[in-house]
Amino acid sequence: MLGSFDFDVIRRALPYLFLEGMRFTLTLTALAAFGGLVFGTLIALMRLSGYKWLGRIAGVYVDFMRSLPLVLVIFWFYFLVPYIGQWLTGASRPITVGAFASSLITFIMFEAAYFSEIMRAGIQSISKGQPAAASALGLTYAQSMRYIVLPQAFRNMLPVLLTQTIVLFQDTSLVYVLSIPDFLGAASKVAQRDGRLVEMYLFAAVVYFTISCVASFFVRRLQARIAIVR
Amino acid sequence: MIEIKHVNKWYSPSFQVLKDCTTSVTKGEVVVVCGPSGSGKSTLIKCVNALEPFQGGEIILDGVKVNDPKTDLPKLRSRVGMVFQHFELFPHLRIVDNLCLAQEKVLGRKHDEAQAKGMKLLERVGLKEHARKFPAELSGGQQQRVAIARALAMDPIAMLFDEPTSALDPEMISEVLDVMVDLAREGMTMMVVTHEMGFANKVADRVIFMDRGEIVEDAKKTDFFGGTPRSDRAQKFLSKILQH
Repeated sequence: MLGSFDFDVIRRALPYLFLEGMRFTLTLTALAAFGGLVFGTLIALMRLSGYKWLGRIAGVYVDFMRSLPLVLVIFWFYFLVPYIGQWLTGASRPITVGAFASSLITFIMFEAAYFSEIMRAGIQSISKGQPAAASALGLTYAQSMRYIVLPQAFRNMLPVLLTQTIVLFQDTSLVYVLSIPDFLGAASKVAQRDGRLVEMYLFAAVVYFTISCVASFFVRRLQARIAIVR
Repeated sequence: MIEIKHVNKWYSPSFQVLKDCTTSVTKGEVVVVCGPSGSGKSTLIKCVNALEPFQGGEIILDGVKVNDPKTDLPKLRSRVGMVFQHFELFPHLRIVDNLCLAQEKVLGRKHDEAQAKGMKLLERVGLKEHARKFPAELSGGQQQRVAIARALAMDPIAMLFDEPTSALDPEMISEVLDVMVDLAREGMTMMVVTHEMGFANKVADRVIFMDRGEIVEDAKKTDFFGGTPRSDRAQKFLSKILQH
């Protein structure tokens, strides 16, 4: 049965798959993880701020984002952003937002909800004595967060943050609903063009599996190292 | 230097931790605060630099009212050193950086200047060779000496000690107390919450005894140890901890 498969199609498509597809996937993953971490940390700080309304807004946002299927958010956002942009800028027609920008904003918003919960746990894992000591030395709230609490929270949570990033790496394949040639999108394009669906999807699965597995392995090693230091 | 006037604090409407506490610490004075656990002594000392809010009364620190909403608290706190029961060194920073951070970020000192100051203080507490290590690599006694050096790096006008030896193994207590005794003899204004009556006897000018949120006894050291303490509660407490 394997004899009827043409694996050479993969070899021929490799430059396109990796130089375009995988490059897009990795760029999106990296930018979304970074943006998600920044906004997630801000949301976590809002939730822990002690200002009731700020915390409530952040809480509603996180619950809202976590209750929606990602693929739906990607889809809706792509169609809504031009109109929201039009409304915000007062332009006469819907603004044009590229598929990349639209998907990046969606992922940052979505991941921010997840990263915020991780950072919240990380901040709460720091004993209250640490910010107290920082305050006693005269550091302001912002300085105490920036130099004392957040670096420790980030380090404690690094394995969990990276694991979430691996999930994000897999989730970026959902941009196929916008016909963007990410790695899976590129593979699917070649598959349909050459009529080699089984080979290409099998290959895509192997690539995602390998990258995620290797990354998970390194995260576990990192976790063991951090555990010793503490 | 430190004036505490009629301070009241409630954790909840039915639970009052501080009841009408009034006392003062003058410049160069060493005041030891003792009392059974839960008596509010740690809470009181944390009110002095506003780490704990309080509801009634006022505290005046070097002429500045601590519980005035207009007071620049970070600035005020930077002028008073505080040493905690659990050291609270910053575990992600090297020892020398623990000493430099606030000097640079709060006082705006240049890194070289801060580092020179830090090294000098580390030498003073006998830990110069540990400057490049992380806090977790040091023993409890060493960490507490670093914490004292960290507070001193800010050139404080007064030092607050919140049970500085309570979390230490017995053999490490004296190395920390030695540093504190030196400091007291140099004329540092100090408010010290501790059970170390030997330390109190050696360097304290006054001893405050607290129980159930009240200042029960506020006496000169000689009166407190030499004469009989006036209250039953203080006598009972002293007989218990001096027995062994």
